[in-house]
Amino acid sequence: MRATDISAPDYFHKVVDCQWACPAHTPVPEYIRLIAEGRYSDAYMINWKSNVFPGILGRTCDRPCEPACRRGRVEESPVAICRLKRVAADFKDDVQQRMPRPVPKNGRRIALVGGGPASLTVARDLAPLGYHCTVFDADPKPGGMMRSQIPKFRLPDSVIDEETGYVLSLGVDYKAGHRVNSLKALLADNYDAVFIGSGAPRGRELNIPGRKEAAANIHLGIDWLSSVSFGHTDKIGKRVIVLGGGNTAMDCCRTARRLGGEDVKVIVRSGFEEMKASPWEKEDALHEDIPILNYLVPVAFTHDNGKLTGVTFQKVKAEYDDKGRRSLVPSGEPDQTFECDDVLVAVGQENAFPWIEADCGIAFDKWHMPVVDAKTFVSTNPKVFFGGDAAFGPKNIIWAVAQGHEAALSIHRLLSGEDITERPLPEVHVSSQKMGIHEWSYDNDISADKRFKVPHRDKVVALKDIRAEVELGYDVKLALGEAHRCLNCDVQTVFSNTLCIECDACADICPMDCITFTENGEEADLRSRLRAPSVHPDQDLYVSSDLKTGRVMVKDEDVCLHCGLCAERCPTGAWDMQKYFIETTHAGNACPSKRRSAA
Amino acid sequence: MTYIAKPKFQHPGIKKNALGYSHRDYEGKISTLCAGCGHDSITASIIEACFELSIEPHRVAKISGIGCSSKTPDYFLGNSHGFNTVHGRMPSVLTGANLANRELIYLGVSGDGDSASIGFGQFAHAIRRGVNMTYIVENNGVYGLTKGQFSATADRGSKSKKGVTNTDNPIDLVGIALQLGATYVARSFSGDKKQLVPIIEGAIRHKGAAFIDVISPCIAFNNHAGSTKSFDYVREHNDAVNRLDVLTGRDPIEIDQDPGTVQIVEQHDGSRLALRKLDADYDPHDRLGAMTFLQRHAAQGQIVTGLLYVDPEADDLHSHLNTVERPLNRMEAADLCPGQSVLDKINASLR
Repeated sequence: MRATDISAPDYFHKVVDCQWACPAHTPVPEYIRLIAEGRYSDAYMINWKSNVFPGILGRTCDRPCEPACRRGRVEESPVAICRLKRVAADFKDDVQQRMPRPVPKNGRRIALVGGGPASLTVARDLAPLGYHCTVFDADPKPGGMMRSQIPKFRLPDSVIDEETGYVLSLGVDYKAGHRVNSLKALLADNYDAVFIGSGAPRGRELNIPGRKEAAANIHLGIDWLSSVSFGHTDKIGKRVIVLGGGNTAMDCCRTARRLGGEDVKVIVRSGFEEMKASPWEKEDALHEDIPILNYLVPVAFTHDNGKLTGVTFQKVKAEYDDKGRRSLVPSGEPDQTFECDDVLVAVGQENAFPWIEADCGIAFDKWHMPVVDAKTFVSTNPKVFFGGDAAFGPKNIIWAVAQGHEAALSIHRLLSGEDITERPLPEVHVSSQKMGIHEWSYDNDISADKRFKVPHRDKVVALKDIRAEVELGYDVKLALGEAHRCLNCDVQTVFSNTLCIECDACADICPMDCITFTENGEEADLRSRLRAPSVHPDQDLYVSSDLKTGRVMVKDEDVCLHCGLCAERCPTGAWDMQKYFIETTHAGNACPSKRRSAA
Repeated sequence: MTYIAKPKFQHPGIKKNALGYSHRDYEGKISTLCAGCGHDSITASIIEACFELSIEPHRVAKISGIGCSSKTPDYFLGNSHGFNTVHGRMPSVLTGANLANRELIYLGVSGDGDSASIGFGQFAHAIRRGVNMTYIVENNGVYGLTKGQFSATADRGSKSKKGVTNTDNPIDLVGIALQLGATYVARSFSGDKKQLVPIIEGAIRHKGAAFIDVISPCIAFNNHAGSTKSFDYVREHNDAVNRLDVLTGRDPIEIDQDPGTVQIVEQHDGSRLALRKLDADYDPHDRLGAMTFLQRHAAQGQIVTGLLYVDPEADDLHSHLNTVERPLNRMEAADLCPGQSVLDKINASLR
């Protein structure tokens, strides 16, 4: 293999699995170290810069970082990254003074459609540069789906108010109760750019017999949730069936439990394991005595005199073809009917753009989705950008934030007369962590602790009050313990072949047998000759240039603990532990096109 | 010197031996030697050899004297028996332990100071008696703990770190061991585990006095230009006569493209040594030839490594003395004091 080019920012970025997996590329290990030091406000600000809503995401994020966490490849569970983010938000001091100050307007006007995470991220990035940002939303308060869909027992209003407040206080206009009904009219107002972050606002229907007749007791999940959220709905029947297996279904069933539902069950078409809901959300539902029944396909709503009486299901089983594709086929068992008073339908969300006129220059594809560039988020109208669920269908908040950053960068470049397809490299700061012969400026003593559980409110109390937050968050002591589980993957093992004397000290001390000195070869061949077998071929090999004996150093990055023992045992300093702080470039960084990483 | 404990986590795909242990289970405490010390590589090689042979750690006694090398038993086989003796007295303690309990595997770990200076006589007698042991000398040619004075194995003409030339003749421990009748004699290099690990395995399986001289560069005091025990010097002057593979069980013997021919040596315990000849003229069963070969190459500045001599028919001190099979700690009162009638018989036989 060719010697690894560690000056390419992506190489070491990939080693920081959590940061690489995060759509917004939040510098996770950096903020976890700050939490361990008790510097909660600093940890919060790193998050705020990168993902705008640390308190909200610390409670609700889909956490793509956690399945990626290296700790999960070393022991049972990854670091509780998401809940540590909440710790930063919970224990920070007043951070208002650290926020960017409103600046004089530069005369450019940006319209943002929808007041959810995507639009607010664009506004957050552009307002401090002087852009005049106007957010249009039908709801009285900003937050979009974060406010209307996520139950208050998971995400209290106070957290949304605070974090949307930071954005608005940058001098962003929020037009409450202002639904945009015509893009044409909006474009006619001569905005310099328009960002559409209107989400995927329509719940998917379930058109099976009985739907119309029993309509009074059949509710679309997302509409019902927002109706609960705004206080229009405050009770439901005793027996409730929730149809659907995603996170919305989990929110529906848990909300129903708090509004008088005593016998609430979730019924899904697929198997329990393949449900779309995150494992921890399923766990929370089960904990609240909500059974999840699987392999049942709804075929009819039963009703009596216009009143819903139950739902009939066909029993199915999963069959897999040669390519491993699954199909659900009838199992042949008799249909089963479950009685109920109310049904909540949470079988998916759809985009809807009835307000975008055909002559706005915006092309739609065959699925009626706007044609959007995946990198720049520009539509076929060069002034109109999309982001969040509105761009590529329903995903999670963190994706909306990441796309908002990219769209903001595009808008900034467009209005600065630069090519929006050219994307600046991330900023990389490299610093050796060496303090003394065996001292490092990070805690390299690996904690053996198992993942700490987040304390929950007592179930009896929690089920009585729909606004009582179920998760109480880590206290300082638990947070410290959990923070110590982080392996500091951003503190990189950097090897210098010219200093190496091939004494084997690093290979001998490495607790994970990551390091091999051997003859060079093709990647597959090298992987077969490592000291410990290569378990995850998607994890890179770090290969040095030729050493004195003609061999090379090969390090399998896979399960490196970043304990620094290789560097401690190296007599010549051929290994060094260097912190790579990688930040994606946002619109806020001046002259992005002239910036090049020094790494 | 490292302050943190080595993390307990292991590679998820780590190899396990017949006992279900990984090589990590054969480790000891974290080394307090200088970073890059050759001795740490020997430690790693001993760990690897014991892991490969699926040795039960509690069946091993590791005995050492004083010095950097003699500290190393603390860094491997943390679940084995150990005895850190007075300087240079490892061979006597080992001999005594071996006589008391022949069922343990004896690892004698020593250095050039411990074996070639203060314990030279001890070394000579343990070898001469044919004690069943693996005697490893971690040979760096200097007194590292006292800041790098020449030891008795430093080559004449080699330079100290400060530039002083050594004027004394060196003791060649391999030559002495051959002369005194060791039945398994090898030399290796801490920087070549491929060679060293099988040599240690073979020595552990050997019944009789096995002696291994391992050249182990002292990073702090003997790894400079002018030294003859530095990484660079040893790599440049290394003349390996053979490559060893230790075969256990009924593994088929794989012959790859190596140019040398393969010779199979069967030892007492059934283990087989596959010796790949690298030097066509070298015969590892010829004690006299080996001694001449070593002398000739030493004169040319070559460091001969490999399995230099092996006697597959070797026996040990116990068979010379016709001692009892059972370890002394398992002798009951009745065995040790068999009673008046036995005493009468002995007395009668002496009349």
